[in-house]
Amino acid sequence: MGKRTRMRESTGPRSPGPTTPTRDTRTIRAKMVLLGSSGVGKSSLALRFSKDEFKGTLPTVGCAYFTQVVCLSDVTFHFEIWDTAGQEKYHSVTPLYYRGAHAALVVYDISKRESFIRAQMWLRELEKHYIPASTVMVLVGNKGDLSELCQVTLQEGHSLAVDRGLLFMETSAKSGNQVSELMLAIDRPLEGSR
Amino acid sequence: MAVYVHNKGIPWEVQQNGTLAPVDHLRNERSESPTPGLVVGTEPGAGQESAMFVHAQSFEDLTADSEPTTEPEPEGETVLGESAEEEALCLGAEQETQEEQQPEVEVEEERPENRSKEEDVCSEVWRSHRKHVFVLSEAGKPIYTRYGTEEALSSTMGVMMALVSVVEADKNIIRSIHADGYKVVFLRKTPLVLVGVSQTCQSDRELTRELQYIYYQIVSLLTLTQLNHIFQHKQNYDLRRLLAGSEHLTDNLLRLLDRDPGLLLSAVTCLPLASSTRDLVSSSLQAAKAKSLVFSILLAGDRLVTLVRKKDQYLHHMDLHLLFNLVGSSSSFREGEGWTPICLPKFNTAGFFHAHISYLEPASDLCLILVSTDREDFFNLSDCKRRFLERLSRRTAYQSLKEALKCPSYSVTQVGIPELRHFLYKSKSSGLYTSPELPLPYQSLEEQERLMGLYQYLHSRLHQPTRPLRSIYRCGETENLLAWVTSGFELYLCFSPLGTKAMAVAAVNKLLKWIRREEDRLFILSPMTY
Ligand SMILES: Nc1nc2c(ncn2[C@@H]2O[C@H](COP(=O)(O)OP(=O)(O)OP(=O)(O)O)[C@@H](O)[C@H]2O)c(=O)[nH]1
Ligand SMILES: [Mg+2]
Repeated sequence: MGKRTRMRESTGPRSPGPTTPTRDTRTIRAKMVLLGSSGVGKSSLALRFSKDEFKGTLPTVGCAYFTQVVCLSDVTFHFEIWDTAGQEKYHSVTPLYYRGAHAALVVYDISKRESFIRAQMWLRELEKHYIPASTVMVLVGNKGDLSELCQVTLQEGHSLAVDRGLLFMETSAKSGNQVSELMLAIDRPLEGSR
Repeated sequence: MAVYVHNKGIPWEVQQNGTLAPVDHLRNERSESPTPGLVVGTEPGAGQESAMFVHAQSFEDLTADSEPTTEPEPEGETVLGESAEEEALCLGAEQETQEEQQPEVEVEEERPENRSKEEDVCSEVWRSHRKHVFVLSEAGKPIYTRYGTEEALSSTMGVMMALVSVVEADKNIIRSIHADGYKVVFLRKTPLVLVGVSQTCQSDRELTRELQYIYYQIVSLLTLTQLNHIFQHKQNYDLRRLLAGSEHLTDNLLRLLDRDPGLLLSAVTCLPLASSTRDLVSSSLQAAKAKSLVFSILLAGDRLVTLVRKKDQYLHHMDLHLLFNLVGSSSSFREGEGWTPICLPKFNTAGFFHAHISYLEPASDLCLILVSTDREDFFNLSDCKRRFLERLSRRTAYQSLKEALKCPSYSVTQVGIPELRHFLYKSKSSGLYTSPELPLPYQSLEEQERLMGLYQYLHSRLHQPTRPLRSIYRCGETENLLAWVTSGFELYLCFSPLGTKAMAVAAVNKLLKWIRREEDRLFILSPMTY
């Protein structure tokens, strides 16, 4: 992967966090965007990620922005998360949010075939907009807990990801299953790319 | 039918100068005892400088684009007082029977979360809803229904469109149909057609006004330009695609129309707050400006704390209600900062503003809306919020504001008029209204909506285009009501049924004095601009 130039980096003071670093930690700011049809669970994933909670949500209006600090042993991530609305009427504004993103999560709902098709459209759109190769792209099949209603198999998701050179993960925002793994999967390449 | 005219013996009602107040109360300055007939802008609650809203008296403005209809007198009532200046009705048992004829209210009650979408459109329950609203395209395609699913109603909507077209073929416009206890009201707003079917006693005009709200709700999501563009390209486009996920906004707006006096009065209510605190909040907002910023609005739940605007830019109360509705029916602004395109149709139907929406603190009721013209300006506005909060937190005013949040309303007992149960007072020049919390007999949703229904009725009588009234007094078995409109204010009072008209009349002056005394707290007297 090429050197990431847009990502600002600084050697700041030790950040408070669960880990007590033994040497100066690096701080990496990373812009992350969540894309995918309405109702696939983008906001729920974001909530699970930031607060480790799951609760009823209403459709996102426009876009929700928040920041999240993640401390690893020798690096601190400042995530700027853009949780976009999946509704079609907001489609025209989404380029604002994925432009310059360091990580893009394209989410579908494993119990809704339609959302998987939409995910592929999102991938095509991202390609069209010259998302640099350094962008960490992840295909996420959410609602893994609904396996009995599964319309998109793990295998299908996986092969699409391999095909397009994306990371892939099946998660459940509801149970929390694989969500922290997902974040780690993003952190590593973000960190490694510099 | 028992109809009595009470227009004797109450001197202040028959003033020669056309006002309803004793002459010796007339003063030009803000006086302790306000006089109703005096110059607009000096009534209690009037802002000291300029108004915050466009067309603050805009009930007329709101309905201006749908010419008023002449409607028949409601059955079972006799209108007296031919002067059209004042009307006094005493409808005792008569009134009760009229209300009994209305279907049970309980069945139509629903919680915001469970839309009664699955409802069978052939069922009695579906039929018995008090007010249906349908939106369709000019091709007759269903876009929205309040109850049931659009699919199940596609043939019904086709018939509605056929009806509209047949009448229009004769160069006429269909406005309403009255039949069998139902009113069907049509509002044609190319490229949409809105239809209301009501069993309430609201006038056609009021129903049309509600349909307009729904129309503007849709425009606020898409802009009229986009709507026109879509239907010009594809006449039978299924607009539900673009409105998907926003149906709850329309559902919620319809509930507000049934319950929120602000939408009826074309006015907004404020969080009661010491004026020194409010001024500090306003000036902190004023200081946290950005080039692209047009309006900064701080809300506490469904109440306005303050509004700062760009010089020469006015917000229409209807646009503000749409913003209230958006914030009140979305949870997404709770988690982080929201950034969304929104069209404020009374400002401009062609374009989007971009609103930065966030709560001041995670569990707080204080929601800040920053309206910008630049969709790239998120971080600038986010910074405005940070600066505002920083500035505010340094002051004790923030603490006082949080204290005030604990009692967002007040009890009518504070006014000190024993027979008075509830009132609505709107200052016309400021576009703000005040009202105490609902007292015990009106706390259930059914009762709340019944009281609102009575206010709506009075409102429509006062604003009837062919025969506007200045005041109405009306006795019932459950309450007595008095409504009164002057050039400066609009007032609706609800009294215990044991009271008399003389008492009600005396109460008005006392109430106006009380509002004058409390106006600093209840209204925004010094609106600010950047
Ligand atoms: N069973 C299950 N339900 C989930 C899961 N994640 C989200 N949901 C539910 O799916 C619905 C939609 O979730 P959201 O997180 O609001 O979806 P979204 O992708 O943010 O939708 P938009 O904001 O409209 O784009 C909600 O009712 C969630 O409770 C999951 O992992 N499992
Ligand atoms: Mg969402």
